[in-house]
Amino acid sequence: MGKVMLEVNNLKTKYVTRFKEDVYAVDNVSLKIEEGKSLGVAGESGCGKSTLALSLIGYYFPPLHYMSGEIIIDGKNISGMKPDDVRKNILGNEVAYIPQAAMNALNPTQKIIRFVEDVIHAHDKSVSKKDIYDMARERFAILGLPEMVLQKHAVELSGGMKQRTVIAISTILSPKVLIADEPSSALDVTSQKMVIKMMRELMEKGFIKSMIFITHELPLLYNVTDDIMVMYAGQIVEHGTAKEMVFDPLHPYSKGLMGSIIVPEEGVRDRKLTAIPGTPPNLKHPPEGCRFADRCKYATPTCRAMEISNIELPNGRSYRCLMSERKVREVYASEGL
Amino acid sequence: MRDFNNAKPCLTGKGVTKTFGFGDKKMNAVDHVDFNFHEGEFVSIVGESGSGKTTLSKMLLGLISVTEGQIDFQGKPRDISTNAKKKEYWKGIQAIFQDPFASYNMFYKIDSVLLDCLKMRGDGSLPYEKKFELMTEACSFVNLKFAELTNKYPFELSGGQMQRLMIARIFLLKPKILLADEPTSMIDACSRATILDMLLKLRDEINMTIIFITHDIGLAYYVSDTVYIMEHGKFVEYGPADKVILNPQAPYTKRLINDVPKIYEEWDLTTV
Repeated sequence: MGKVMLEVNNLKTKYVTRFKEDVYAVDNVSLKIEEGKSLGVAGESGCGKSTLALSLIGYYFPPLHYMSGEIIIDGKNISGMKPDDVRKNILGNEVAYIPQAAMNALNPTQKIIRFVEDVIHAHDKSVSKKDIYDMARERFAILGLPEMVLQKHAVELSGGMKQRTVIAISTILSPKVLIADEPSSALDVTSQKMVIKMMRELMEKGFIKSMIFITHELPLLYNVTDDIMVMYAGQIVEHGTAKEMVFDPLHPYSKGLMGSIIVPEEGVRDRKLTAIPGTPPNLKHPPEGCRFADRCKYATPTCRAMEISNIELPNGRSYRCLMSERKVREVYASEGL
Repeated sequence: MRDFNNAKPCLTGKGVTKTFGFGDKKMNAVDHVDFNFHEGEFVSIVGESGSGKTTLSKMLLGLISVTEGQIDFQGKPRDISTNAKKKEYWKGIQAIFQDPFASYNMFYKIDSVLLDCLKMRGDGSLPYEKKFELMTEACSFVNLKFAELTNKYPFELSGGQMQRLMIARIFLLKPKILLADEPTSMIDACSRATILDMLLKLRDEINMTIIFITHDIGLAYYVSDTVYIMEHGKFVEYGPADKVILNPQAPYTKRLINDVPKIYEEWDLTTV
């Protein structure tokens, strides 16, 4: 049992729309990551993956509001802090965040080394530029990025190179938790592999202590993270190790997601892809019972009537469904899934 | 697995080349490629970014001129010298693009997108009830309900719905060839399966030739009959999907397959 790096208890955050309606995009999320572990978050677009990432770094600027729950990073509770304080004291050295399409955010008129200086000076003004350069050069060399990148402008770099540079810059202060939101979705497969390799190196060399990886590409999560968590309509519907989640999912929604995996391996062509019918519920007025009930072929009237609680299994897995583990397996077995 | 050796050729190209730039900066984005797409064939063109896939697709659509070489459409040399001839050609070849958000005019309602298609295929003068029926049929083909979509604007739909509506358009027009340029790269994994299944349905029901352009060799393997692998503007390998992907010969193909995350085999991260 390693040291717990990030612990989240019953986190609830909401968006307030223009018409003063509340949208609970993250609803009672709890998670725990130990040192040296990584957690993948999967789910379709609009399920609250990115909002979860923003909530975890305390980015509570309107329309996003913090409601309740705790976020504890390495023993420090940041849930009550003001967003500006979080940005000044926590972001960068305790928790780092790579947003979607981060590579497009590099200012084209500045050299890469200037961004590194920015990150370090935001926390410690006294470091000299020469020290920063040496530090950056060393870190870039370990991560396999050429030193000349530091003296270049963003427009001179290719997409994959820019993304790797952004990751290297955001982790330069060796944060405890790295939250990566779709870091490789805009890249082609070869650059994606380089990014993944680099993130693994960051973990192995101890530059980051733990990682949350958000994506909708399940084969990628399977190869990168230790655990996978599936989100649906703001809630976590299932949590387990990567292997369990890909080969033996329990929740009908995870089952559907895993059924849409496509890999270039023998036997894939003959398998029928299982697409999930329908669209996710509108979170302005979430359904009373199970949020997946309208799209679930096993749904019963009881599912729609009552709030579904999380079932915790003895081996650390958990899922949110009315059916017991034995029942779920029986149902899947009877359909030959 | 279908056999296309005796099928009727639909689109053939000989020595098709596109050159950008002059003098020292001259470079061939597409370099003397030959291809032969048959009727009812599901073809995938796979390559990295910068390999010339999109340039080739633009040439096939007639959006940019061909520097050298010849493209035959249904056995006859393609003639798109005038605007009228181009419009006639586009009745036979249609496209779905990568970004569904950029494919629609945000000022027009969804109805007008579909009504335009009806006009294009010559049904513009039908009574509205008949048109409504046709549009409902097209939307139900892609599992959408037209009654829910009518009077909405494109930005009220999700990315997957927009892309499906694009396929409904294709269903109305029934072109001979559909060119799908990375139709699934902007939408999430779960809607992706739906889109691919609909493309397969189009092929099976209307016997359409589908040219699927992608960088993900896994998708290409799942859907296609024939795969063309493109590197630096040239086809380095082509053939039936099973043969090319399970038993690749060209080093470039091997690398592409190696770069895709796997679940049944170990993913080798050392070779980048």
